[in-house]
Amino acid sequence: MIWTAVIGASLICYLIKLAGYSVPQRWLEPQVVQRVTVLLPVALLSALVGLWTFTSGSAIEVDARVVGLAAAIVLLILRAPFLVVILVAAAVTALVRYLGWMP
Amino acid sequence: MSTPASALPDERRRAIRRDAIGLGIGTGAYALSFGALSVSAGLNVWQTQALSLLMFTGASQFALIAVIGAGGGAVVAIATAALIGSRNAFYAVHMNTVLRPFGWRRFAAAQLTIDESTGMAVGNEDSNAAARYAFWSTGLAIFLLWNLGTLIGSVGAGLLDDPAVLGLDAAGPAAFMALVWPRLNTWSMRAVFAVSMVSAVLLTPFLRPGIPVLVAGAAGIVVGLIASTRARSQESPT
Repeated sequence: MIWTAVIGASLICYLIKLAGYSVPQRWLEPQVVQRVTVLLPVALLSALVGLWTFTSGSAIEVDARVVGLAAAIVLLILRAPFLVVILVAAAVTALVRYLGWMP
Repeated sequence: MSTPASALPDERRRAIRRDAIGLGIGTGAYALSFGALSVSAGLNVWQTQALSLLMFTGASQFALIAVIGAGGGAVVAIATAALIGSRNAFYAVHMNTVLRPFGWRRFAAAQLTIDESTGMAVGNEDSNAAARYAFWSTGLAIFLLWNLGTLIGSVGAGLLDDPAVLGLDAAGPAAFMALVWPRLNTWSMRAVFAVSMVSAVLLTPFLRPGIPVLVAGAAGIVVGLIASTRARSQESPT
């Protein structure tokens, strides 16, 4: 199953890139197409932020990950570099668990 | 003293190369966390590396492993990755006018068409030669360092027993937050963020794994279209 997803998605993502060099330009010109394409990554990545922070399997769950996300947002406001954001978010989450404040 | 139109001064070449390597190192850091997260989402080192070699578009790769980690099926995982990758088609349309690639270069250019390589080319469009050099050098630097970072991250995470102890399960949301953050610069984008995030969580108990992301994404896009239409009709164009 995982290999199917990996190969299938890689192939489609490559064909999407190649399509830009191959299809007539006017297919991609309509304004609504362009606006949806700008919104797509934001909408899907935001959904994944929610999913990865507040759910576990098919249950809604609030645990130490929330504190990690909050730390990440603070660091992004402070314009910290990417790796710092990730490492601090992970470290804060681990600390909250280690102290036994949240699961 | 006459130089051909396509020649690029050495100085300019060096400056572009320096920026390209800088971007490569930055995305290499993203790749470290991608590799680690992919393994903790249940992919093995080979599958993780295949994504960085073959898919080579970061946000889609993160999305694919998130859907698989949440128990979603292959079709939903593919759909999510493809939708996020759809912006690359627009980059490619633009790069086609700059590069006019033919033969094997067309296939190589397609694979290297991502946010950063297109951005660097656009930033150097005062000269066609500079734009081309920026695209290829950025694309290649990132391809190499993205794959190297992925390998180090996935092998490293494979050595850990329980990623949750190190808070690695919180690194995922933090990585997505960092990816989406620069795009949350208007109120309509912030509305999209809020609607998509909240609805994905609330739908999770009721739908099969992976589906909430697609439904929440669609909801966010509808909100975004409405919000940006309103904003356009109220604000005067700048």
